[in-house]
Amino acid sequence: MTSAAPARRLSAAGFLATLALGLAILFGAPHALDTFGLVQCTGFAALAMFGLSQGFVWGFAGVMCFGQAAFLGLGGYAYAVAVLNMGDSSVPVLLSILVPMLFAGLLGYFMFYGRISDAYIGVITLTVSVILFQLVNATSGSQYRIGVAELGGFNGIPAIPALNAPGHPDEPLDIEGIWYAAMGALILVYALLRGILASRLGRVVVAIRENETRAQLIGYDPRLYKLIAFMIAAGVAGLAGCLYANWGGFISPTVFALPMSAQVIIYVLVGGLGTLIGPMLGAVLIQALIIAAGSQSAVDSNLGLGLVLVGFVLLVPQGLVPVARSLGLRLLERRPRRVAGTAQDGLATGSAR
Amino acid sequence: MNAPSPLTGHHGAPLRPLVEARGVTMRFGGVTAVADVDFTLGEVELRCLIGPNGAGKSTFFKILTGQLKPTEGRIRLRDTDITGAEPHAIARLGVGIKTQVPNVFNGLSVHENVFVAAGRRKSIARTRRIVDETLTRLNLTGIAGRTVGQLAHGQRQWVEIATVLAQEPELILLDEPAAGMTHEEVHRTAELIREINRTHALIVVEHDMPFIRMIAKTVTVFNQGRILMEDTVDAVLADARVRDVYLGKQAA
Repeated sequence: MTSAAPARRLSAAGFLATLALGLAILFGAPHALDTFGLVQCTGFAALAMFGLSQGFVWGFAGVMCFGQAAFLGLGGYAYAVAVLNMGDSSVPVLLSILVPMLFAGLLGYFMFYGRISDAYIGVITLTVSVILFQLVNATSGSQYRIGVAELGGFNGIPAIPALNAPGHPDEPLDIEGIWYAAMGALILVYALLRGILASRLGRVVVAIRENETRAQLIGYDPRLYKLIAFMIAAGVAGLAGCLYANWGGFISPTVFALPMSAQVIIYVLVGGLGTLIGPMLGAVLIQALIIAAGSQSAVDSNLGLGLVLVGFVLLVPQGLVPVARSLGLRLLERRPRRVAGTAQDGLATGSAR
Repeated sequence: MNAPSPLTGHHGAPLRPLVEARGVTMRFGGVTAVADVDFTLGEVELRCLIGPNGAGKSTFFKILTGQLKPTEGRIRLRDTDITGAEPHAIARLGVGIKTQVPNVFNGLSVHENVFVAAGRRKSIARTRRIVDETLTRLNLTGIAGRTVGQLAHGQRQWVEIATVLAQEPELILLDEPAAGMTHEEVHRTAELIREINRTHALIVVEHDMPFIRMIAKTVTVFNQGRILMEDTVDAVLADARVRDVYLGKQAA
């Protein structure tokens, strides 16, 4: 009890610092950036949330989901179709979370209760995202419509109505409003996932990642907990899809495509597996890098990006956040003993949340 | 069954056994790891299982905890037929096991290991109390914040025993609890087992004969998947057949 308390305090400090930074960005960005910059940051926030979903399911639940784009796409399309039909955006936002969650519940039930091994879960999720891509890609023509919303095949759905204040579909949010919605949602989801990980549900999910056999032998059903974590991550990815659709006012089947699923894995690898801050940071870094690579002509942009990724995997295999953390701890250990002890306890609980 | 009557209570009235296995057989392809085993354990009984490597002791434990489904036979835990039930379901009925190769949550702290084990379906206050008690009881309070994966083998064994106790089981299975422990730790383990046995039933698999002498009353000897004999510790350790199987000669 006594010796675990400093660890909890240290991890709480990290949480509050992240929260404060998030709020500072939330309220600071509209003043510091021009319209173009703010739109760009809204896109970053949507993809950071996508990274968060992958970081949760892979880093904490240990489920190798390599097709997280399936849930991003389902969320985006669910929002687009629903908002075109309903006008008001409140229910469509909920649907963008619920539809991917239900889909994940069904898929996850067969995977986890069917005792599919980790590697095959990766293959199945990846395959499902590719199937969805092909499926939505093949919906060209006015016969493929849900209500008034035409799916549009590979052209996607253009002119998606933006979020509006609940009950006022005629007053859509402006660019600044969408930024507040996206960044605010990101902060909320981060806090929510932190809360889940601190709860007993989260502790069991992490324990199952550590040793499934032991978790079973003390009475927890790993299949159920993995399914719950898988569904939570799908809901987060779905909300990210909704924000993504709002960001451009447009969605196309590319949200389901392989590069999307691959990109989010890279966010997590660069930022740090087993952390929540890492995948968000990774998303922003990689996206900023992609934009920078596209706006210069000295090096082929794909080649440059590839080199950066190879460099990361070779030089910083644990990702940025864990490396920064252990560096910080080493610095702390040089200071008096009492502080060093606290730092070690912090490392011990693996409270990289 | 020539077991020395754990089946009768103080006044000779028959008690229902805690565990009752009948005709349990486990085949892996052509290999029969456990063959037609009948095994009965009374309430609050302490039983030691001994036998050479490959005799089927650990396989039998895996069947009792649901990690393996027996090819044939039935197992009852009090009134419940647990044959082929899921491991988590059997654990919820009150069976805890320390496995032969330590199964712990390596990336978590000692405290978190015990907390997760103690916390199933219990209030947070009660969970905390159990965690504190268990850590104190097993002398782990000093290393509660350490990551289990970084601990020495003996300490990890203690952590695993702590998780088993924290789940408050009624039947505790210990697979080689003294392996890799120092002389002093072995004594502490024996003491702990005797203390647990005041309120709980235990089955202990062990090779360490002095350790068995410290704790055992009744010993069941496994050989080649079958029960060779079941008797008091003195009778078993004096038996020529038991010596033969341990020395590699096969008893008829």
